[in-house]
Amino acid sequence: MAHIQVEDGVPGIRSLVMFRPETGRPLYELAQILLRGESTLSEGERELIATHVSSRNNCMFCMNSHAAAARCLYGDEKNIVDEVIKDVHQATVSEKLKTLLNIAGKVQILGKEVTENDVAEARQRGATDREIHDTVLIAATFCMFNRYVDGLASWTPTDPAIYEEMGKRMAKGYVLPQARTETKL
Amino acid sequence: MAHITLPDLPGIRGPMAFRPETAKPLNELAEILLRDDNNTLSRGERELIGAYVSSLNDCFFCQNVHGALAGHYLNCDTPAIDAIKKDYQSTSISDKLKSLLSIAASVQKGGKNVTPEQIEQAKKHGATDREIHDTVLIAAAFCMFNRYVDGLATWAPQDRLYYVNRAPIRAAEGYIDFDLYKNL
Repeated sequence: MAHIQVEDGVPGIRSLVMFRPETGRPLYELAQILLRGESTLSEGERELIATHVSSRNNCMFCMNSHAAAARCLYGDEKNIVDEVIKDVHQATVSEKLKTLLNIAGKVQILGKEVTENDVAEARQRGATDREIHDTVLIAATFCMFNRYVDGLASWTPTDPAIYEEMGKRMAKGYVLPQARTETKL
Repeated sequence: MAHITLPDLPGIRGPMAFRPETAKPLNELAEILLRDDNNTLSRGERELIGAYVSSLNDCFFCQNVHGALAGHYLNCDTPAIDAIKKDYQSTSISDKLKSLLSIAASVQKGGKNVTPEQIEQAKKHGATDREIHDTVLIAAAFCMFNRYVDGLATWAPQDRLYYVNRAPIRAAEGYIDFDLYKNL
């Protein structure tokens, strides 16, 4: 049961932004810009960073939903998502993405864990300033989302089918959900 | 030196100037969470939660910006804010605020560290669902802001008076659309 009174049957962050849409709006806008906005990192790569950080933060709702979105975006290559969840060091991602996932993993611990060496290795593999910036901000943002979702004990479904549906919707973009009592769709 | 080439601005201003499209929702979030007056928690209380979490995350820039703002709103000096950050239980802030800071501390470690007992304690001291929600989200948001600022190795002015002097300006102007290059 969530720590506050949220709408029944609505999972994770969706229940929370329905509870407080004024803060939900910038949160979804941030997700949309970061994960779906123009970037030299593909949407799939950015969702992988989100999935990896959420896994490290042990937030099952975020990890499973963003993994599902990543699988949709990777299409035939979707096995890569489970590889990253299982062991990021063994995953068959590009060398550049590996260095960015390493940076994201350091940010997950704390900002100061990112070393000049981590960044140098990313640059050696072709990472740009913008890609490094976005990696740090995506990782930081998911350190927020994971704490928000679990800090209020919002409902974490266990049925993979629920996440698969969520993933399909998320792959298209992040749109602030309306409370059910307001829409009759 | 910062990990990427940023405009030479202190703290979060550099990254925000680097990428304004992401700065926009970040500032909108700060504005509604920390400054919007349609809230039963005062601005000072909310800035204090942010400053406290930033001190737990050892983020110098953020804890000084928001600690100075808390001091400005609550009308107390730097040593008083430092005392709250160091050991809030032994200060004279309200029991409700103490219970909310306890929740914020748990969020800083990880969302699942918040216990039903902590929630119950906060409610016992009069905290509403909305106040608990905002406490958790402020704490979570600062876990983001602190990592953004330190993860890119931005620089922070070391003189603490710098932050105290700028607090009234930030309090008056707010977080939306402020000129990153002004009042440096």
